[in-house]
Amino acid sequence: MRVRFTPYGITREITGGVTEIELQDNSVGKLRQTLSETYPAMRALSSLMIAVNQEYAPDDKVIQPGDDVALIPPVSGG
Amino acid sequence: MGTLIESSTITQITSDMIKITEKPIDIPKVIETASSLGAGAVNVFIGTVRNTAHNKNVVWLEYEAYEGMAVSETRKIIDDAAHRWPLLGWAVSHRVGTLKPGEVAVVVAVSTKHRKESFEACQFIIDKLKENVPIFKKEVFEDGEEWVGASPKSPASAQLN
Repeated sequence: MRVRFTPYGITREITGGVTEIELQDNSVGKLRQTLSETYPAMRALSSLMIAVNQEYAPDDKVIQPGDDVALIPPVSGG
Repeated sequence: MGTLIESSTITQITSDMIKITEKPIDIPKVIETASSLGAGAVNVFIGTVRNTAHNKNVVWLEYEAYEGMAVSETRKIIDDAAHRWPLLGWAVSHRVGTLKPGEVAVVVAVSTKHRKESFEACQFIIDKLKENVPIFKKEVFEDGEEWVGASPKSPASAQLN
């Protein structure tokens, strides 16, 4: 399945404007793994959270077509 | 129906109470939003842009937010705080965009009956905001730039700020 995502902060620079990726299975864990394989710089991050529909999602969360998927690198507000 | 107050959670929320804004933060407005006639204390935290990081001069900071989720995560923190302390009012504003040293990046204001819980609640909210709310900051120096906390090798992530 093809998943669309919105990369924030440094993940937008790492993906270079790409906002879609092909996954073998549509879990958050698979998305995280595929991103790390496709973009080695992702592995150097302190953390990478995936949000689905504006909620931090665990690796076993299944991504449905139309879900709002976002890449959340380490946050640094304040 | 008929259950206006189910718990200590503050159930009514207006757009002034959680704001992500490109414009300079209106600090008196944030305080006014948080204020309550029943309060004996209004505690305000103002986070500003520091002019140095890692012994280098900061030229400017770039803040960006995942706005919808930043609002919903802030709301969760407020709900949590409202269960721990008897909040009478509150407001949180965070700026996004390009900010120079000295500019205000974030304002948290809470009002409570007595001062002790106002200090505790205000600190809790800003600490949790820094941990959980999807806002991202890039420091721009004279000789380069760095996303704060992004890399475990960077000095920034060791700061735990």
